[in-house]
Amino acid sequence: MTTVPPPVEDPSFSLAGTREPPRRVLMKGNEAIAEAAIQAGCDAYFGYPITPQAELLEWMAKRMPEEGRAFVQAESELGAINMALGAGAAGARVLVSSSGPGVSLMAEAMSYMAGSEVPMVLINVMRGGPGLGSIGPSQSDYFQAVKGHGHGDYRVPVLAPSSLGEAMEMVATAFELAEHYRTPVIILADGIMGQAMEPVEQHYRTPPRQTASWALTGADGREPRVVRSLHLAPEELEEHNAHLQEKFRAIAEHEVRWAGERLDDADLVIVAYGTAARVARTAIARARAAGLRVGLFRPISLWPFPSAELAGVADRTRGLLVVELSAGQMVEDVRLAVAGKVPVAFEGRTGGMVPSPDEVVEALRELDATGSSRRARRVRRRPPIPVSGADHMHPHEPMAEPETGHDALSIFGDDAWMPHWYTVPVPTHPTRNGRGRGHGRNGSAERRRGDEGGTR
Amino acid sequence: MTATVPAAPRVIYQRPARLTDVSTRYCPGCGHGIIHRLVAEVLEDLGVDGRTIAVAPVGCSVFAYEYLGYDWCEAPHGRAPAVATGIRRVRPDAFVLTYQGDGDLAAIGTGEIVHAAARGELITAIFVNNGIYGMTGGQMAPTTLVGQRTTSSPTGRDVRAAGYPVPMTEMLAVLPGVAFAARGSIADPSAIGKTKAYIRKACEAQIRGEGFAVVEVLSNCPVGWGMTAQESIRYLQDVVVQTYPLGVLADRRAGAQSGAARPGTPPGTARHAENRPAGQEA
Amino acid sequence: MERSIVFAGFGGQGILFAGHVLAEAAMNAGAEVIWIPSYGPEMRGGTASCTVIVGDEPIGSPIVDHPDVAVVFNPPSLAKFGPMVAPGGVLIVNDSLVEAPSGRDDLDEIRVRCTPLAREAGDDRLINVVALGALVARTGIVPPDRIREALHAIVGKKRPEALVVDLRAFDLGMAAVASGTGQLTDRPAVEESATPV
Repeated sequence: MTTVPPPVEDPSFSLAGTREPPRRVLMKGNEAIAEAAIQAGCDAYFGYPITPQAELLEWMAKRMPEEGRAFVQAESELGAINMALGAGAAGARVLVSSSGPGVSLMAEAMSYMAGSEVPMVLINVMRGGPGLGSIGPSQSDYFQAVKGHGHGDYRVPVLAPSSLGEAMEMVATAFELAEHYRTPVIILADGIMGQAMEPVEQHYRTPPRQTASWALTGADGREPRVVRSLHLAPEELEEHNAHLQEKFRAIAEHEVRWAGERLDDADLVIVAYGTAARVARTAIARARAAGLRVGLFRPISLWPFPSAELAGVADRTRGLLVVELSAGQMVEDVRLAVAGKVPVAFEGRTGGMVPSPDEVVEALRELDATGSSRRARRVRRRPPIPVSGADHMHPHEPMAEPETGHDALSIFGDDAWMPHWYTVPVPTHPTRNGRGRGHGRNGSAERRRGDEGGTR
Repeated sequence: MTATVPAAPRVIYQRPARLTDVSTRYCPGCGHGIIHRLVAEVLEDLGVDGRTIAVAPVGCSVFAYEYLGYDWCEAPHGRAPAVATGIRRVRPDAFVLTYQGDGDLAAIGTGEIVHAAARGELITAIFVNNGIYGMTGGQMAPTTLVGQRTTSSPTGRDVRAAGYPVPMTEMLAVLPGVAFAARGSIADPSAIGKTKAYIRKACEAQIRGEGFAVVEVLSNCPVGWGMTAQESIRYLQDVVVQTYPLGVLADRRAGAQSGAARPGTPPGTARHAENRPAGQEA
Repeated sequence: MERSIVFAGFGGQGILFAGHVLAEAAMNAGAEVIWIPSYGPEMRGGTASCTVIVGDEPIGSPIVDHPDVAVVFNPPSLAKFGPMVAPGGVLIVNDSLVEAPSGRDDLDEIRVRCTPLAREAGDDRLINVVALGALVARTGIVPPDRIREALHAIVGKKRPEALVVDLRAFDLGMAAVASGTGQLTDRPAVEESATPV
């Protein structure tokens, strides 16, 4: 029998018992979101396996039949989204989930559903793109969700949770929006949100049912109903479009959602959503400890984008830093919103990489020092691509040298045999100080290390 | 003088209640009108008019919702079986029908029809095969006959470039989830009668929960084929049936020799009473 | 305050499980916590890792650049994560499979002979639970009873017979550190000052 001595009391680690523990359970993001949908009254789920959302499908496969609800693992995302179209047209509360490559396939039916006004909630657990890309976390489908998917003049509400608890509540909100406005609604999550486990309080909300006087039930003793987007006569289609646009205006007016943190005294404000906002939160704590007054503006509805609200916040600041897990997508809406009133800088990583808090702090320092948007369009570890109007590209600047290691954290690196959760940190920002001294790759790389004090 | 009492009038034909009294947009001589009537007659006979939810394709019959007075859902091109699956799974009491052309079902929608059939989805597919894309101007379809001229096979379908006609219904018939599969035609009254009997069996298979059912109906497209209506009917009778022989291709309904596909409502279907989705009358 | 722990090793060494148990225990101790696995094909490929971040406020960045603790079960994991541990942090090494030292002199490197201890507990495979014991003994990040409760909750329901062995492995891991290498080092607070801003 082993005698167990008491553990070492290391005060730097002692967190336990800091407060009364609430009743919580540890759940994986995909599963918690799925259960929240079930508890929100989801009648039908249709899906197709794709990383990093497969657990959502698996949870539904088990739970939906248990609850006596509809579940089909479809033959493709085309199949899944069209099953959702049918079920939604029949008045059911429908959920579909996928990730970028699958959502691309769903674009067609999204357009049909917007046109024929079928409610449905689609969760995109975003991964790196384009193409097959990677399965790492990403926010590279912002354009797809906010500006794009299918053809035609339409918009759909897009919601972006930044924690698991928020995502769970958001599923219920999304169903409400979908049914109230008769529209598809997109929830943009990402691979980290889907895969991570966090404690959740199992508070669920079931939005009340609205009477769907348009839903297909069988024309028994009433006029037949048709759910369609086809309006062949141009005059008729224009009228239909006017109706849709009126609806979109109403959504834009009433459904803007955002959250602000530490904005009261902020000189600089980070604009970020989802996982990027969490990174930003840590970066803000570090930046404030170093004397920078930084706040967070977190859009929750990406469409409608909180433009007026952001413009109001921007009026009181010296600059905005947009942080995304992308090459810079939401930053365009930020620039539109602030209309040049303050500098808008950008910090982003792509491909499944996540900006580290230190990188964000570094970008804040630069914004603070220069007030410029020199970094505006740069994506690390890519050759610079001249962008019209960007002032940070020197025409004769050499291509950014490839780094010897990653400067932030990777879930999926290039060395397949290694655990990829982290990569070796090296000092960041190869091109920031590169102007005017690009004397060969190795030389400048070494000097850069020296400049920034070696390995942190 | 003996007064003859006239016999009570006997109705030998009347418009089915759900076949709307409007002019269709179909070309003169087109077979769609006959097939619409057959569907309307069968559903009326079976008493499912009031619980029918039909799915319209993209193609000439995209306006089917104007001609048949059921609840209809429009589907993106080829996706009708998936849309029908979604409807059927949340409304297990509904009678769900897809009405699809050969471009819709045999080309762009092959994935959806094959997997709806493989799942034994309780839906009935009416598959109108006229061997051509009519609505877009008479282009070659996967079902176009070898050598047949179309606007996109101007010298005739060349198997070296375009391959062979796709026998969709034979392909579907091998799937165990298919309760009933047959091919009929609208070429003459006898064939029309048989086709109606097939449609009836295919609908009964759904009502009895026996599995997926499909009836392919060979039809004509005088305009797309570049023929008169009469010529197109003769072509259908003499030529098309050589590639697409008529008859029952699979019958796994209860009582049929080959055994039932999968009777009953599948798991993963919304339970009706406890979980009725919204959408009832206001 | 936040503390981050990385577990890394071969797939099949129970990496994700060890992190899960720690996360469950931390949650039940009233802390905020997030558990992030490596996922996708590499889950089935041969390497696995997970990160657990424990804090007394909602966890910010789910990605840590410099974990406070790394628990490594095989040589590639040491090569990968050894250099990343924050200065003054803790490195727990599965001595049964990893021969080389980390080469870091600014860490508390604790080498645990996981396999013999797991065997002593009754199951060779439980090196993950042994290491978890070492982690808790060294850092006190959660009370040991919270780990035992978590093992009950995660293992006990499905396989009560395995629970006994798990608990024994955990205790042996704790004892190994308490009796040997678990020397405290002075370490700076990592949260704000590690970043030269």
